[in-house]
Amino acid sequence: MVFYFYGLNKHERLSEILAPHRGQRGSLIPVLQRVQEEKGYLSEDAVSEIAHFLGVSKSEVYGVASFYAQFRFVPRGKHTVKVCQGTACHVRGSWRILEAIERELSIQPGGTTKDRKFSLERVACFGSCALAPVMVVDDTVYGRMSIVKAKKILAEH
Amino acid sequence: MTFDEIRGQAILGWQALQHSEKPRILIGTATCGRAAGAMAVLEAINRELSLRSIDAIVTQVGCIGLCYAEPLVDIIKPNRPRICYSSVTPEIVSQVIEDYIINDNPRADLALGTIGEGSVNGIPRLFELPMLKPQVRISLRNCGHIDPEDIKQYIANGGYSGLVRALGMSPEEVIEEVKRSGLRGRGGAGFPTGQKWEFCRRAPGKEKYLICNADEGDPGAFMDRSLLEGDPHAVLEGMLIGAYAIGAEQGYIYCRAEYPLAIQRLKIALNQIAEHGLLGDNILDSGFSFQIEIKEGAGAFVCGEETGLMMSIEGRRGMPRSRPPFPAISGLWGKPTNINNVETWGNVSAILQRGGHWYASFGTETSKGTKTFALAGKVVRTGLIEVPMGISLGDIIYAIGGGIIEGKRFKAVQTGGPSGGCLPASMLDQPVDYESLTQAGSIMGSGGMVVADEDTCMVDLARYFLSFTQAESCGKCAPCRVGTRHMLNILERIARGEGEPVDIERLERLAQVVKSTSLCGLGQTAPNPVLTTIRYFRDEYEAHINEKRCPALTCTKLISYYVLPDKCQGCGICLRECPAEAISGGKKMVHVIDQTKCIKCGTCLEVCPDRFSAVVNVSGEKVAVPSEPIPVTTPKKGSRTSGKPSGTGRSKKSE
Repeated sequence: MVFYFYGLNKHERLSEILAPHRGQRGSLIPVLQRVQEEKGYLSEDAVSEIAHFLGVSKSEVYGVASFYAQFRFVPRGKHTVKVCQGTACHVRGSWRILEAIERELSIQPGGTTKDRKFSLERVACFGSCALAPVMVVDDTVYGRMSIVKAKKILAEH
Repeated sequence: MTFDEIRGQAILGWQALQHSEKPRILIGTATCGRAAGAMAVLEAINRELSLRSIDAIVTQVGCIGLCYAEPLVDIIKPNRPRICYSSVTPEIVSQVIEDYIINDNPRADLALGTIGEGSVNGIPRLFELPMLKPQVRISLRNCGHIDPEDIKQYIANGGYSGLVRALGMSPEEVIEEVKRSGLRGRGGAGFPTGQKWEFCRRAPGKEKYLICNADEGDPGAFMDRSLLEGDPHAVLEGMLIGAYAIGAEQGYIYCRAEYPLAIQRLKIALNQIAEHGLLGDNILDSGFSFQIEIKEGAGAFVCGEETGLMMSIEGRRGMPRSRPPFPAISGLWGKPTNINNVETWGNVSAILQRGGHWYASFGTETSKGTKTFALAGKVVRTGLIEVPMGISLGDIIYAIGGGIIEGKRFKAVQTGGPSGGCLPASMLDQPVDYESLTQAGSIMGSGGMVVADEDTCMVDLARYFLSFTQAESCGKCAPCRVGTRHMLNILERIARGEGEPVDIERLERLAQVVKSTSLCGLGQTAPNPVLTTIRYFRDEYEAHINEKRCPALTCTKLISYYVLPDKCQGCGICLRECPAEAISGGKKMVHVIDQTKCIKCGTCLEVCPDRFSAVVNVSGEKVAVPSEPIPVTTPKKGSRTSGKPSGTGRSKKSE
């Protein structure tokens, strides 16, 4: 099986990440994090490979990965839009922002637009509650959001 | 180099910095400052300084806690007091650099306050201002004052002297000192820290673990993030002291991945203490060895629960297990383990630096010391605060927080996040300590404090918290997995206006079962927001159920938006912005919302210009509006032609 990404043979690349962890069951989560960081998501192949390296079953790997909100099993869009739904954001109307973005992009949280430009996520709290409601596009935090401001920010990307 | 030599150097360096001939600029670049635009201000500072060839020392510091006033920039000119400027923009900072650094005009109009000795005409002293005066800073002692990436600045301010002192004592004496301080766990449950350590110290077995819980998952809480970003060494010093007292050689910091800056600062700090011989083998020649590893969380609220967290470190699903055995006997990898939260560790270092008696002089009989809170929601001055235990809720919200935004009416304060409760105005005199909050039906929790005003629907807030805990329930035990789902169904039904009178009783009964039979803290506390809102705001539940009305105008199924014909000037903004194309009208024609098409998103209310304020939302009533667009008539001053009843509805939602 030959599979390429970032111009490198998948197995070479994954081996590099996995090599120091061979047989280490306890390293599963950091390994999943590293693989996702490299590849953007966890493909079925990647899950098999990780299971093989750590000496656990595929279902075990998938079971752990699917337990945590951080792991994705489908590729992500070019930009990731995260809308905070923490308490402080909620009482300041963050759900209206989220709904507006869902409409604007025609996707639900967890989804990616057809053109692979945006992925949308809801996040429990960024810890920037004082600036609620908060939205994060890629690594930029936008505070004191309104529906109009949020749409404008999306249009700028 | 001995620690005394390191400290001597650090102090000399710090003093040289304080008496520097160059002007100094401090800028708060914690996550909250960045969200407010601090990085653009920092760029502007550097640009302006090089453009004007000013030789100044620029330092990035953590958060001083005044989040509402971010970004914050402090300027210190030689032999002058430190002046703090608030809500700084790139334009303002250029202006201040020109006016103050070059032309010596301190711009009192832009300043928030002065810090330290000396005063400047027309500028108050920052720590005398109402939001800071009642505060006592112990765990946040250095946040906003030192460079969190420079260990020398921490050491110069007393840092690691607590560790040195602890290493000169026996582990038992260290535990006694922590017991003397009266410190209780700041993660929420409030278990006495010294006692917890003692259990772990006495537990049989040579291999022991120590964990710092930095999985701050409560939505609405950011105390731990601020401390880790602003003063990571205070936490690491606490962990080293704890490890020595317990006899642990391996420590973990379990930090949520949503806090990249905190993780980055921790990594820098860990490298620095290793370089200075404060981490690793034979620390400061004491024979004590300790290693710390950072584990990044992967986004599961339940991992804040100690046994769930340990499962996660072991690389498994973060599902809690039943206790006993307690972690002190059998924790991580089945070994005795001690786990404390970030803030607890930050207090431990202060206690060993300054003494248990000193710490116990703050607070109340049973709740000693201080507690940090993340004050957020509908309050004027949002931010991170640290107050002595026993302060009243009212003092926090009104004196420190400055009251409710836009002069609205206070409705409730939510403490303890999804595990806590909503307390009404009658509880504002309650002292903030572990016992009083529990008695009121809430909990201290980790320190989230979200203020709700008259525009916050308590049914919706309860629904919100329960939807959170329901989604985060790990699914291991049935009471939590099934019980929270059923409770949420009932709350959703009530919010849709389909509730039945018996639903309140059903909720209460279910809540008791979930509370008393769930396996871990998540399920045991999940019903708290529901129970407290029923206890204190039953009338709101009844309004939703009996009158199909949402008094706070929040539950979308129960509200309607209208354009008031006597105020609409036919500007067309709402018509353009309406995502549902539910608004008809034209130039100089009064706009009309088609109620059958309206999706209740609130965009029209948001975009209607303040000078018109023509859009209202109401619940349980009708507003007399034309059925189709009619020409705009300029109303006579003070006259009202609409049928909008007075005292209901609102025209502009707070931003």
